[in-house]
Amino acid sequence: MAIPYEFQYFKPGTIAEVVALLATHGSKARVLAGGTDLVNELKMGYRVPDVLIDIKDLEQLSKIEICNGHLVVGALVTFRDLLESKLVKEHAYIVYEAAGLVASNGVRNRATMVGNICSAVACLDSGAPLLVHNAVLKLLSVNGERELPISKWFLDNRKTALAPNEMVTHISIPIPTMKYGSAYQKMMRYSGEDLSQANVGVLMFADGECRVAFGSVGPVPKRSPKIENHLLTQGLTAESINQAKEMIEQVIAPISDQRATKEYRMHMTKVMFERAIAAAAERLKQPRLITKH
Amino acid sequence: MTKISFILNGERRSLDVEPYEVLLEVLRDRMGAKSPKCGCDSGDCGACTIHLNGRSVRSCLILAVEANGQEILTLEGISRHGLSPLQKAFHERNVFQCGYCAPGLILSATELINNNPHPNEHEIKEAIAGNLCRCTGYTPVVEAILHTTKKE
Repeated sequence: MAIPYEFQYFKPGTIAEVVALLATHGSKARVLAGGTDLVNELKMGYRVPDVLIDIKDLEQLSKIEICNGHLVVGALVTFRDLLESKLVKEHAYIVYEAAGLVASNGVRNRATMVGNICSAVACLDSGAPLLVHNAVLKLLSVNGERELPISKWFLDNRKTALAPNEMVTHISIPIPTMKYGSAYQKMMRYSGEDLSQANVGVLMFADGECRVAFGSVGPVPKRSPKIENHLLTQGLTAESINQAKEMIEQVIAPISDQRATKEYRMHMTKVMFERAIAAAAERLKQPRLITKH
Repeated sequence: MTKISFILNGERRSLDVEPYEVLLEVLRDRMGAKSPKCGCDSGDCGACTIHLNGRSVRSCLILAVEANGQEILTLEGISRHGLSPLQKAFHERNVFQCGYCAPGLILSATELINNNPHPNEHEIKEAIAGNLCRCTGYTPVVEAILHTTKKE
């Protein structure tokens, strides 16, 4: 199917040109990285821009680096890059695990994590892993850079806190300073499918702190401080986990659609929560050295 | 109109495109490369798979302008000097029925073998997970790839 809309295409060589274009065109402009969501939206006539700004010449955004105790992921880093990175596997295992469950190889070769959170569809895979890691987003405009915690990023399905003149340049993930175990669980129809029907992320630390996030069971992915506090104070016992599973009903609000009913999503979220807790606890036990940076 | 040029199956090609033109359609309708197919047109089925700079991608989700300066390989390029060992295995074992998914499956499997000459069954299934086929049930495809890549 052809794209039945006309727009201008720019491929700037510097980030200054990108933000200048965004300053001029605002909400009439869109930033193009991997395009796996954006080109689909152009075909469907959703959020069609007057100006498309291709950032793939900005090589500095294609790096995964460690900077001041953070794992910094640039806007051009693809899910394939995340899967191949030893740094990601060591310092944010749940990001590695989730990246391997995003769609298929042919999509992961192109799709970026920054693009994933900018599309912000409710069923995204990056939400729960970034939420449990307290990731911070670096946003850039002609007015300068600002940082925003991921907890303040998702406003609604397909709606984010990005201002019309801004772009996301990096995702900055704090590297755990103590031993941790994490796990990502995703319910999908078949391997190679893009859309999760529900997903759960867990990150636990040697001192008993346990962070939990749920995705695709509400308009935005979310943490549950109540469940986290319950697990911290009660410890991980069969009883406390069962109580936490009951608490999930007050936290998430899944809907029924053609992919799954709300009852099935609710049931499976509890099952996946228990599986994620078990997997993360097992990984926490594994002997691993945290590299100092 | 923007003038773009790229390497298609080893040959430099140039043309004028509009920003809204999709690479899949440009390859099929203007470049004569008919092997990438339009299936779902949204990146889920894998029928439009090509290699862009050696990596399998969905040509239905790429604008033609994005291909400027890149290197593209389609099935026509893979078999330009005769069938590849993988294609021969598919042919000998009569793996496909209708064949609509075949170019995409071959491109995905070729990328796998280029990076990992002796994949196990799990790695093969993961590599072709995004290539949907309604005829084969996948088993003969996986078996043919295993056969081609087994260690001597």
